[in-house]
Amino acid sequence: MNWLIDRVGQVAPAHWALPVRDPQLTWLFVGVLGALILATLIGMVLEKTAMSDAARSTIENLNARIRAWWKMCAIFALTMLIGQIGSLVLFALLSLLALREYITLMPTRRGDHRTLLWSFFFITPLQYCLIGIRWYGLFAIMIPAFAFLFIPTRIAITGDTEHFLERSAKIQFGIMICLYSLSYAPALLMLRIPGFEGRNARLLLYLVIVAQMSDVLKYVWGKLFGRHKIVPRVSPNKTWEGFVGGVLTATALGAALWWVTPFTPLQAAGMSLVIALLGAAGGLVMSAIKRDAGVKDFGSTIEGHGGILDRIDSLCFAAPVFFHMVRYFFVP
Amino acid sequence: MSVKAHPLAMMIAALARGVSGVRVRWEGCCPDPKQRIYFANHTSHLDFVVLWSSLPAEIRARTRPVAAKDYWQSGVRAYLAQKVFRGVLVQRGATHATGSKHPLADARAVIEQLAEAMGETESLIFFPEGTRGAGDSIAPFRSGLYYLAKRRPEIELVPVYIENLNRILPKGEVVPVPLVCLLTFGAPMQVGEAEHKQIFLERAHAALCDLHRKG
Repeated sequence: MNWLIDRVGQVAPAHWALPVRDPQLTWLFVGVLGALILATLIGMVLEKTAMSDAARSTIENLNARIRAWWKMCAIFALTMLIGQIGSLVLFALLSLLALREYITLMPTRRGDHRTLLWSFFFITPLQYCLIGIRWYGLFAIMIPAFAFLFIPTRIAITGDTEHFLERSAKIQFGIMICLYSLSYAPALLMLRIPGFEGRNARLLLYLVIVAQMSDVLKYVWGKLFGRHKIVPRVSPNKTWEGFVGGVLTATALGAALWWVTPFTPLQAAGMSLVIALLGAAGGLVMSAIKRDAGVKDFGSTIEGHGGILDRIDSLCFAAPVFFHMVRYFFVP
Repeated sequence: MSVKAHPLAMMIAALARGVSGVRVRWEGCCPDPKQRIYFANHTSHLDFVVLWSSLPAEIRARTRPVAAKDYWQSGVRAYLAQKVFRGVLVQRGATHATGSKHPLADARAVIEQLAEAMGETESLIFFPEGTRGAGDSIAPFRSGLYYLAKRRPEIELVPVYIENLNRILPKGEVVPVPLVCLLTFGAPMQVGEAEHKQIFLERAHAALCDLHRKG
């Protein structure tokens, strides 16, 4: 195992604040790999034992999801090995793809074209560049203050006032969720935590693992024991059993991973609880948006999962809060 | 006659699919390399590029878009249209009086040109509205589709509804916003032996509008 740890550790140069011989990070990846193999085996067993047609279609979807997880994990691991640049480019692309799925559902008009061009090709790259150059002050206010004012101005210039406020607000909301909130995940790389220098990539991986696993665990608990729907009018698949079981097990998982973070086990449990709760909030809000727009998924990019935004909705909500909790409590 | 795909064709098709994020639904028929005429609503210069790109490669290699000569006849556009897309460039609005002294003769010449371009193997992508609309509604069809169908009555006409491309690249804009566009292929239709021109055009128009409503 040591040769593997050495190889992984040496790929990234030190100044990219990434794992220079970071065995914990490697172990985290090994853990993810183990979980994927386990899930694949379970999927194969379930496929053999499925009896009814309904069960078979559920298992088929489950296996499609697991196949997609392999791909997603591979892409994510690869970009992390490249270093900070890799993570920034990956999240910038995710922002663009999520924003595209979101705006596609929104009834924007001819007059919004230039505003959208600015959002896709200027505001998005700029936000990730600000993380790259570690300009925290501008990173934190560029979108909520400046882009917020720019968008209605640019739309007003076109002279099309029909549904003006609605159009402005919809674009602002999309940028806040798909771009601003999501960019807080790679922004973890620029925090300076004493005694944790050069280890920030672990925090990013920790956030992604806990947020995504809380989704998976909510799904599993919901499929196994789900009876009582939380808000049936928003999403028929979200049940109290899935929610409680998922949040508790995700919290336990996050606490068990305390050794990769600067947190104590108890602190790690608290952080994971917040990530899991906000993940649930994100799933609920994005479901409400989809329901309002009359669609089931934001897209069909990821087999079995729907669109990119369906996969990262929980991350979008958890990232800013996790970032600011870490920054408030652990950055002097 | 089999033509080898231009080396750029694969790349441009992949690029067009990426920019337009196109989702394709074959509702009324399946992809088939047999000769067909795909007719679609026209809202953006990207229309035929995206439709052409979303066809499976072996069908794409035998499908020729019909494009307006005035837009695609010069410079890079001409090269792309003729060499890469193997487009059939026609005089726009030939079936209407365009100041020509012999509108009917011109129209016949265009239909002959299209029929000849199809030969025995090629399919066509055709925009029966003739010009780009705002994307809100589909304009009444011009007569071209009818005369083309009459000229080759054995060939299937497949309606294709293109959604959202007008938002990706609206009229008058140069840079596309990379939203997701949706293509829906409807059920094939044919012109009836004694079918009146207006009735056929309305039937084809309705077939395309139906795909829109189902969307």
